[in-house]
Amino acid sequence: MATNASANVIRTGGGARFVIYTLLALFCIYYLLPLYVMVVNSLKPLSEIQAGGMMSLPHEWTLAPWRSAWSTAQIGVAATGLKPYFLNSILMVVPAVAISTVLGALNGYVLTKWRFTGDTVVFGLLLFGCFIPFQMVLIPMARMLGLMGLAGTVPGLIFVHLVYGIGFSTLYFRNYYQQFPTELVRAAMIDGAGFFTIFRRIMLPSSGPIAVVCIIWQFTNIWNDFLFGASFSDYDSQPMTVALNNLVQSSTGVKEYNVHFAGAIMAALPTLIVYIVAGRYFVRGLMAGSVKG
Amino acid sequence: MSMTATRRSGNDWLRDALPKIVLSPSLAIVLVFVYGFILFTFYLSFTDSRILPSYGLVGWQNYSRLFSVRAWGIAIDNLLIFGSLYIVICCVLGLALAILLDQKIRAEGFIRTIYLYPMALSFIVTGTAWKWFLDPGIGLQAVVRSWGWESFTFEWIKDSHMAIYTIVIAAVWQTSGFVMAMFLAGLRGIDNEVLKAAQIDGASNWSLYRRIVIPQLRPAFMSAFVVLAHMAIKSYDLVIALTGGGPGTATELPATFMYSYTFTRNQMGIGAASATIMLMSIAAIMVPYIWSELREKK
Amino acid sequence: MGFLDIKKATKSYGSVRVLHETDISVEEGEFLVLVGPSGCGKSTLLNMIAGLEEVTSGDIAIKGRSMNGVRPADRNIAMVFQSYALYPNMNVAQNMAFGLEMHGIPKPERDKAVAQVADLLQIQPLLDRKPGQLSGGQRQRVAMGRALVRDPDVFLFDEPLSNLDAKLRVDMRTEIKKLHQKLGTTIVYVTHDQIEALTLSTRIAVMFGGHVQQLGTPKEIYDNPANIFVAGFMGSPSMNLFPARVAVENGNAIARIDLADGAAASLPFPPGNAMAAHDGRDIVLGIRPEAITDEDGADRNSKAIHRIETRVEVTEPAGSDTFVVANLGGKEVTGRFRADVDVRPGNTFPFAVNMEKAVAFDPKTEQRIG
Repeated sequence: MATNASANVIRTGGGARFVIYTLLALFCIYYLLPLYVMVVNSLKPLSEIQAGGMMSLPHEWTLAPWRSAWSTAQIGVAATGLKPYFLNSILMVVPAVAISTVLGALNGYVLTKWRFTGDTVVFGLLLFGCFIPFQMVLIPMARMLGLMGLAGTVPGLIFVHLVYGIGFSTLYFRNYYQQFPTELVRAAMIDGAGFFTIFRRIMLPSSGPIAVVCIIWQFTNIWNDFLFGASFSDYDSQPMTVALNNLVQSSTGVKEYNVHFAGAIMAALPTLIVYIVAGRYFVRGLMAGSVKG
Repeated sequence: MSMTATRRSGNDWLRDALPKIVLSPSLAIVLVFVYGFILFTFYLSFTDSRILPSYGLVGWQNYSRLFSVRAWGIAIDNLLIFGSLYIVICCVLGLALAILLDQKIRAEGFIRTIYLYPMALSFIVTGTAWKWFLDPGIGLQAVVRSWGWESFTFEWIKDSHMAIYTIVIAAVWQTSGFVMAMFLAGLRGIDNEVLKAAQIDGASNWSLYRRIVIPQLRPAFMSAFVVLAHMAIKSYDLVIALTGGGPGTATELPATFMYSYTFTRNQMGIGAASATIMLMSIAAIMVPYIWSELREKK
Repeated sequence: MGFLDIKKATKSYGSVRVLHETDISVEEGEFLVLVGPSGCGKSTLLNMIAGLEEVTSGDIAIKGRSMNGVRPADRNIAMVFQSYALYPNMNVAQNMAFGLEMHGIPKPERDKAVAQVADLLQIQPLLDRKPGQLSGGQRQRVAMGRALVRDPDVFLFDEPLSNLDAKLRVDMRTEIKKLHQKLGTTIVYVTHDQIEALTLSTRIAVMFGGHVQQLGTPKEIYDNPANIFVAGFMGSPSMNLFPARVAVENGNAIARIDLADGAAASLPFPPGNAMAAHDGRDIVLGIRPEAITDEDGADRNSKAIHRIETRVEVTEPAGSDTFVVANLGGKEVTGRFRADVDVRPGNTFPFAVNMEKAVAFDPKTEQRIG
């Protein structure tokens, strides 16, 4: 990523630097504030929030909101907590990410190293598919899933995410493999390696970084998706985001803000952990999805 | 190629076709599930579909009805307000932060991580956090009042004139760090020798940025615009989580309009028409962009 | 029929013809260099021999077997690439053995072949290393090793030295030449460097614009370039080319040249030169820098040394020689003087021109005359 390159040659004086650091610190507070609010309020009793203490640290620390959000909170019709929905999301994300990444790698390999007339058109078609408003496919997809017997199921969601994830994974691998020296492929061809052997022995061993980028991107996108989850799942197949929204929007009873915050953190945790552990790759994925980085 | 066709055995044929065979499932999927579905929805927008697809053609009726529905007018107005503020604020903030962060800042990586983490969150999480933070009963207003400023009032989220701006606030919070990263990458791509030359010419830091650096960030601005515009048009989750489209229909956006008309109000024809309008506006932004990217890369 | 036959081979991408009908026949053990500026079609031709690009029409045959439609792997060729194309995830030994592995050679034989070649190229200490841990010269050696292990019919080299620094390039050049002399392999070698072409080859094909401009031994190419392109491309500094007019006096041809100060000079061709048949014709006269010298530095064996006095424009001392620039016929002309000759810019100085080495071209067709 380009942001790791050395900083510019522009010099700033001492006073200016103080202002700069102050501004940067203020913005750190701005970006961290909602996270702070979520964390501290998920650890205090509801009464403290209702008393106007949203910004203060808990007087009485408690994990009860977390327990409630995880296993007992009312989600839609059942008081199951978010646990089953968390599992749904895992069951949905893993295969969808795995399959779309593998397909993306193969597509990128074909589109860069086995070029044919019209390959750019094919890639353009795949690429534009990444950016369409999914409202455009909701109606036919609902019917299609019904026809396939996958309506309202986790496999149905896997399928949907797979279909609309291929474009991006192909984009990543294509752009990466484009930088991969074609001479290596030619050398392997002369050495007698075939299509899959070249892929497995020459391309894949060098694909680690882009695979990480792609997996992180797909994971984040699919985990965070709401539209498909809301459109194509039933009560027992809802992903985490939909369940969280149901929890927060439910109009029955007292609003348990602390439980909502705990649930929100649970929904955010997997992607946050990925971001903290592999932020570099996450940013690379973001950039590659928008600019030529 | 024509010369060689004569002595191909079946094995050779398979070998030569293999790359295309590998690519074909993906292509087929995209052709059916993207382009086929687009055509299907486009077709539906000219039919009398209500709760289920129906194939009686009604011409442009759905479109004329769409543009006479008040909620769609609100959605379009909101999109214009939200979209323009979102894009402008994200760009200004992103550029400012990128320039500040490009001054050999200690702990730059750490600060960057903080600015960017909201991008990893679901809009539902962002919406939930901001929903309660902006809630007058328990959030910012209540907190400031509990600190002693009894008359402090901040009720935008409950105010049908102001609620759309709360969506801007939350969306900017989520995305501006990403725009910062795009500009930072652009800044790092600028040739230091050019800056040195300008310094030797006597340019101040201010004129250095205004005259030399920012003009060179044009591609970053382009990318930021495309990404942000495209996200604005598709915005759905955030509205659902933050305001649910309310109060009333005050924060309706095209995406929420489409969903409610199609699936809860059983006006599928009008929903399809609104989706088509969304697609057209995104295509107007994305197609030239993708076109130019692919041409350059050739 | 040769060992490697290129018969009327052409290559087109869509309507763009990048290689026009080409005929080259390479004998076993020959070292053919394809040389030309970038975009001349030389790499395309090499890739066609390798099977990486299909021929659009015509045929390429190795040992009499047509290669049309034959996979690169089945042509029994090996290729050394410009970037070396070493597989980054494999160590040197695995790199060298990969081709044998793909051809189903059992491991003991592979190990033996790798050891032999490693011995020949003195790269045994590198066998366990990854390409990333090698210097440019070592990578180059390994790339050659990988080709040698295959014991192919034809070796193909695609600008193998262009990624090396100047000194290493000269060393590796010598090494490749030695290797060829020792093993007697058949080599087709692509380069844009005319010095490489002249030093390495047994034959050169000079290419430009998708055409083979001239095919011949290094000496033929150097002394008797077929046209102005070849004359200008081969040799450094390149051949001086300047306008002249043929006059015939007493049956002998003379080239008349305008000098800078409005005067004219006459340079008689050697007696019996074919130019005598072209009285009055405008020509482009080509004389290599080493045939324009100071008087004492002129070739004593030549019977056609002629003197021109003209003004010196620039001198460029280059250590062993001094290149002296003057103006002949409106063109800058470079002569090669001995280093210790006292010649200064602005002075008039006698130049000795060896007309035995002069060649003439038609200004319109740019082809050689006579």
